[in-house]
Amino acid sequence: MIKTDALIIGAGPTGLFTAHQLKLIGLSCEIVDNLDKIGGQCIELYPDKPIYDIPAVPECTGEELTNNLINQIKAFNIPIHLNERVDEVKKENDSWLVKTNAGKNFSTPNVIIAGGVGSFEPRKFAPKECEKFENQSILYSIKDKKIFEGKTVSIFGGGDSALDWAVELSKNSKVNLIHRRDDFRGAQSTVDKVNELAKAGTINLYTKYQLANANGKNNLESIDIKHDDGKIKNIKTDFALGFFGLIMQLGPIANWGLNIDKKTVEVDTEKFETNQKGIYAVGDICNYPGKLKLILSGFHEGALAARACFKLARPDEKYRFEFTTSSKAIKNRLGVKE
Amino acid sequence: MAKITYNTHDSKTYTIDVQNGLTVMEGAVQNDIPGIDADCGGGMACATCHVYVNEEWKDKLPAKEDGEEDMLDMAFEPKQNSRLSCQLIVADELDGLIVNIPSKQA
Ligand SMILES: Cc1cc2nc3c(=O)[nH]c(=O)nc-3n(C[C@H](O)[C@H](O)[C@H](O)COP(=O)(O)OP(=O)(O)OC[C@H]3O[C@@H](n4cnc5c(N)ncnc54)[C@H](O)[C@@H]3O)c2cc1C
Ligand code: FES
Repeated sequence: MIKTDALIIGAGPTGLFTAHQLKLIGLSCEIVDNLDKIGGQCIELYPDKPIYDIPAVPECTGEELTNNLINQIKAFNIPIHLNERVDEVKKENDSWLVKTNAGKNFSTPNVIIAGGVGSFEPRKFAPKECEKFENQSILYSIKDKKIFEGKTVSIFGGGDSALDWAVELSKNSKVNLIHRRDDFRGAQSTVDKVNELAKAGTINLYTKYQLANANGKNNLESIDIKHDDGKIKNIKTDFALGFFGLIMQLGPIANWGLNIDKKTVEVDTEKFETNQKGIYAVGDICNYPGKLKLILSGFHEGALAARACFKLARPDEKYRFEFTTSSKAIKNRLGVKE
Repeated sequence: MAKITYNTHDSKTYTIDVQNGLTVMEGAVQNDIPGIDADCGGGMACATCHVYVNEEWKDKLPAKEDGEEDMLDMAFEPKQNSRLSCQLIVADELDGLIVNIPSKQA
């Protein structure tokens, strides 16, 4: 059991800056995020795109913004638990008990949800039958490529993940690459490589096809793919891999007894507290009259929620407002030498 | 202003006057029409505002910009008449547009 003054769900820009604000006022905190990297939408959806409306930063990319935020909290050494989704938040005496899908438990008076539009999860195949084979022979990510050796693997998608894996797995497996159109959006050099391998017969390329059905008793035996013109082809395969990018799913947050409207959590604008005392929501996931889904709004919301956490974490102390420019205590926390 | 008709997957029909300059996605979201999630708020980064446009409109709409087709690769059951509704900006010429909302966005 990890004890902390505040637990932050989500390591997007809002979660990161909220952590900064908590540490600045002397509270401890930890962050959990489902993704394998820090930065939320900025890093997952638009790392290379420039942002022009961060106050006092005329221009920076999603990745630069993330790196700057990470730098800003570096001195605090905040534990960040990646690849873990918070599944459960429940009341235990005066604290919240928070559980992740990797089995970690936190006990804390304050839970700050900075979950964006929810956690990023892989997009899945449309046909219902696919669920039966999921995690066995139908996969959306690869942990151990050895399992494909000597097998037939059907890869779906047109981006870098699909193409890179098609090239890689074709070394030791029979590979079918299936995509809904003739154009691929992966890097040109990889597209060229795939075309070369297809010409040589190492990769079987099926374009303008999509998955129509998955067949098999316990294990996947074959798939039906459907051409744009409606014709269906059956191909034998041991595995089907889908690489359609990630989607945000509100997921477990919906089950924590919060007031939710249109995938967002209702909060007040003084503490950014939800209908549950000690649970706050900040950033894209919160909802109040006039809410703007902008990074700068998330920063403001996190700053106020952090102050609200102080009361529950230090019931016997009084929070004192201080500027970073002049406060000795803050400079100590930041490790700044005068 | 343009009249836009949204057909949902469970055969409900909503016809709405949408102001010029808004997107077809915004017309749906602001009027609580179910089935268009628009998780990224129009950033062409989520493909959860996917719609099928009526055949007769397919070639009348402004062509897809760079990136829309790439994003549609990730949509749920894309077809030839698939569009991202956040990329369809309402103008008088779109008066009478009919879009069909897919059964799921993901
Ligand atoms: C293409 C695009 C362009 C944009 N351009 C701009 C711009 O120019 N200016 C601007 O201000 N904003 C812009 N935005 C919006 C901006 O990115 C968001 O407002 C911002 O990312 C919100 O930050 P956040 O920290 O609240 O949420 P997010 O960045 O969405 O991060 C939330 C994190 O929480 C995690 N999470 C959720 N649920 C759980 C759970 N149960 N367990 C563990 N982890 C969980 C998710 O995995 C995610 O990493 C843009 C967005 C997009 C898509
Ligand atoms: S709203 Fe996200 S792509 Fe249209």
